[in-house]
Amino acid sequence: MATGTEPHPQRGGVHNPTRAAITARHLRTDRWWLAPAATAAGLLAFVVYSTWRAFADTDYYAAPYVSPFYSPCLAENCRSMPHGPNADLFGSWWGISPAVIVLIFPLGFRLTCYYYRKAYYRGFWASPPACAVPEPHRRYTGETRFPLILQNIHRYFFYAALPVAGVLTYDTVLAFRDEDHAFGHMGLGSLVFLVNIVLIWAYTLSCHSCRHIVGGKLRHFSRHPVRYRMWRVVGRLNARHMLLAWASLLSVALADFYVYLVASGVFDDPRFF
Amino acid sequence: MSGYEARFAVWRGDADGGGLEDFRVEVHEGEVVLDVVHRLQATQAPDLAVRWNCKAGKCGSCSAEINGRPRLMCMTRMSVFDREETVTVTPLRAFPVVRDLVTDVGFNYRKAREIPAFVPPAGLAPGEYRMMQRDVDRSQEFRKCIECFLCQDTCHVVRDHEENRTAFAGPRFLMRVAELDMHPLDAAGESGLDRRRTAQEEHGLGYCNITKCCTEVCPEGIRITDNALVPLKERAVDSKYDPLVWLGSRIRRRPSP
Repeated sequence: MATGTEPHPQRGGVHNPTRAAITARHLRTDRWWLAPAATAAGLLAFVVYSTWRAFADTDYYAAPYVSPFYSPCLAENCRSMPHGPNADLFGSWWGISPAVIVLIFPLGFRLTCYYYRKAYYRGFWASPPACAVPEPHRRYTGETRFPLILQNIHRYFFYAALPVAGVLTYDTVLAFRDEDHAFGHMGLGSLVFLVNIVLIWAYTLSCHSCRHIVGGKLRHFSRHPVRYRMWRVVGRLNARHMLLAWASLLSVALADFYVYLVASGVFDDPRFF
Repeated sequence: MSGYEARFAVWRGDADGGGLEDFRVEVHEGEVVLDVVHRLQATQAPDLAVRWNCKAGKCGSCSAEINGRPRLMCMTRMSVFDREETVTVTPLRAFPVVRDLVTDVGFNYRKAREIPAFVPPAGLAPGEYRMMQRDVDRSQEFRKCIECFLCQDTCHVVRDHEENRTAFAGPRFLMRVAELDMHPLDAAGESGLDRRRTAQEEHGLGYCNITKCCTEVCPEGIRITDNALVPLKERAVDSKYDPLVWLGSRIRRRPSP
């Protein structure tokens, strides 16, 4: 039986000649473009903001708060932060913003994260833009070749993200000081830092690599009851990995922006006690 | 809700060509798309080819694309559509069409044969297998698969790139590899078969870019990406890319944990 459209003899994908002859590339009628567009816009906004702040090299410390983008601060050109996360490991030869030294690790962690991979493959690379919507590329090799085969080092960025989260935890403790570095005080910034570090840890521990390392790699859970419990806890967090990825991305930007506003004198940190 | 007349556009044709054919058809309360397709067969298009069986979302036969989305016709309620909209029903667009809504899904059976079967443990006869429930929970999630092949249909690796069909098994069969690799009694390792390595080298795990369409369309709600494909990728990293795990395995030879 042949009615209407003839098969497309020379085309690939859904227009392969063996498949149902349908001219439209897809027949989705919902707003399938909304999710990838919103994802791309959100990620782009963060990239622009974080690039500006990472290279600005200014307004990143307002006692007792240090921006999470600049912590730990490992070069000589860091601002003095009493009892803060300073360690002059890189000496005076480091000429650009000290944020760049450390940001490479959380950046790599998020860049190779299984959720963010989905987000930017769909949002920026349209591979695919949405389910059952054809991608525009003629060839596809996925993560089988360089450079995308490097996505397999995600677990190493996870290991690197742990000490960074540890330092940010230390910063949060320091945020419960006053301007004279005395403990036992709290301001609005302390709350911002507290929320941020909870979300950072939740995102970090909900990572798929973490889930694999704590127990997923095991074949017999019954022989490892503690690791089984850890795997289940991480699994529950992992089910919300996308939510935690966005929440922690937003919170880390907000924490930095808060420090920027206080450090640049836009407003004073409201103190609770 | 009373009955109404719905607009349908159903693809009619075969490998030589075809097109969308418009119908107006009566719909009653509580019906699903498959009910309406059956009414079309009964009243307007008696030669309309459609594959179906259980009408309960358990046989995986009535897979199709409804308004461009891979779905089971028997599990798609008519109440999710506006009464005024035209409901478009086409065959699966990743597989060769046979006729009307029927496609040739033989690709999937060929891929199924390429996955080495469960390797029985030495010294245990069938009936003597004993496993803790917590050890088989993961594999049992994957056993819910009804083989509707919607995940295979929506996966862009083969849907959009015919040339990848040889190298890529697809989410359903990579999930099968994961199921066996997580099985507490599978003795593949002891027989020299490294399922993690073959997942990457022979079944194309690296082609998967974990964009989760397989999970989105699964009518059984199996978390294919998070529970099968990503864990399998992590296991492949253990076998192929992680120097620390490799070093550990050289220094200390241990039985499977």
